[in-house]
Parts: sequence; structure tokens; C-alpha cells
Amino acid sequence: MRTHGDTAWLGSDSDQELVQRLLRRDEAAFVRLVDTYHFRLLRLALPLVGSRSVAEETVQDTWLAILDGLAGFEGRCSLKTWMFHILLNRARSRAAKEGRSLPFSALGPAEEGPVEEPERFTAAGMWAVPPSPWGVESPEALVLRGEAMECIEEVLAQLPANQRAVVTLRDVEGLAAEEVRELLQLSESNQRVLLHRGRAKLRRALEERFGEAR
Amino acid sequence: MLTCQQVTELVTRYLEGQMEWRQRVAFWCHLAVCPHCRRYVRQMRVTIATLGKLPEEPPPPQERKALLEHYRAWSQKPE
Repeated sequence: MRTHGDTAWLGSDSDQELVQRLLRRDEAAFVRLVDTYHFRLLRLALPLVGSRSVAEETVQDTWLAILDGLAGFEGRCSLKTWMFHILLNRARSRAAKEGRSLPFSALGPAEEGPVEEPERFTAAGMWAVPPSPWGVESPEALVLRGEAMECIEEVLAQLPANQRAVVTLRDVEGLAAEEVRELLQLSESNQRVLLHRGRAKLRRALEERFGEAR
Repeated sequence: MLTCQQVTELVTRYLEGQMEWRQRVAFWCHLAVCPHCRRYVRQMRVTIATLGKLPEEPPPPQERKALLEHYRAWSQKPE
């Protein structure tokens, strides 16, 4: 199991070097690229296209497009972001063919109202039911509790597609906010609202699971 | 003075560095006196950091094999 922080194998290779190895038909480099990114491409494709089988096909198409575009990679963004761009393009052209749009390309049914239940606040807007302590309050400690990761994965999978895509790119993959906006073609405020709603639901799910009795 | 409810609505703007200074100062002032909101913001940070540590799985062997076949076929193409 790896996380996006662990790309140590890329450490000695800059993206450009990796691309050169791939262009030189270095199979080991390709296998490592697939091992590192296949799952992540699929994880991003799922909210974009809506079904597992279509997501898998889109990722297949993406790999072919990555190979065909490799010689043109200029390193203006990271290889990861470049690959995500290709995935988004594949997902968009597929959606266009099927006469629909991606979930985030339209504003969609915007969720409204406060992110936390109004009953948790007094009439003056102060906490009536404050956030309960989790016992563990460091990410490392949460990671050690498999149930926390399961809980996060479960809630992430249930988020509306546009929130899920934004949270995946910004927080799971760690892309810069501007990169996320550009990839998903969102305005700054739109992206922030989607991120905010998604994160708030995830925090609340962890609170429900780990919060100590109030 | 911001209310706690406003803090829960502004937290992403705060964490993303998208607040103008006046609002940032108001946010800080609230956190300085409100332990509940400090906990809320801390839990939000922990949630975000934990998202960055979600496990990843290598592709299933048959998938990897199929992709390698594609790579080999691509490698045969004239450059």
C-alpha cells in the first residue's frame, strides 16, 4: 500500500528523466508507472463517469493516450497533473459522445444551506452541541485505525460526484487549488464550495464514528 | 465578532488561504477565545491530512499484463 507521499522511486528520476526512459522502451519504468498511477487514475475516473465499467474503459483509453502523447510532454506541469489532464479529456470526449456532460461541467444542483446542522448552534450562532473530541487527533493515529480509513473511503464514495472529484484532486492527490480549478474547469468560489461541503461531511462522519460521548 | 456557525462556514476559505486580512484577523480572534472552534478547525486539518494518506492498491495482475502488452505494441511502432 502506498500513498501519494511515497513516490520515493521517482525521487532520483525527475519527470523528464522518467519520460525519457519510457520513450526508450524501458518496460520496468512503465510497470512502475502503471503500479503507481493505475489505481489513482481509476479513483479519479469513478466520480467523473459514474460507473465502474465505464471508468475502467476510460482509464484504458487514458493509458493509450498517455503513451501517444508522451513525446510531447513538456514538463510545464508535473507528469501526474499531465496524466490527470488526459484522463479528464478522455472522460469529457466520452461524455460528449454519449450526449451528456461531466457532473461538474454544469453547476449542477447546488447544495444549499449550512454545512453543520443548525440545531448544533444557539440562536446567537454559538455552539450548543460542540464538536466532540475524537480521542485520536493526529492523522498518523487515525491511519493506524483501519476503520478510520474505511470510514473516509466510504463517505468519499457517497459524496456527490463534483464534491468527490474536487476532494480527490485537492486532498487525496494533493494538487494545488489552481490546478484543480483548471482540471475541472471550475471558478475559484465554486471549487471552494464543493471542497468545503465535501470536507465538512468527511469531518462529521469521523466525528460520528470516533467522537466521544457528549 | 464572528459566530461559531460562521467559523464552520469560513473554515475552508481560511485553510485554503483565500481570506482577505480583515476576515483572517476576525477568524484568529474567534479561535483565540473559542476552544470548540479550535477543535473544529483542528479536526478539519486532521481530516484533510488523513485523506492524503488513503491506501492505494497496485492494479490486478491481468490488468497490468494487458497494459504491458499495450506498451510493447506501442514500442514496436516507428517513432
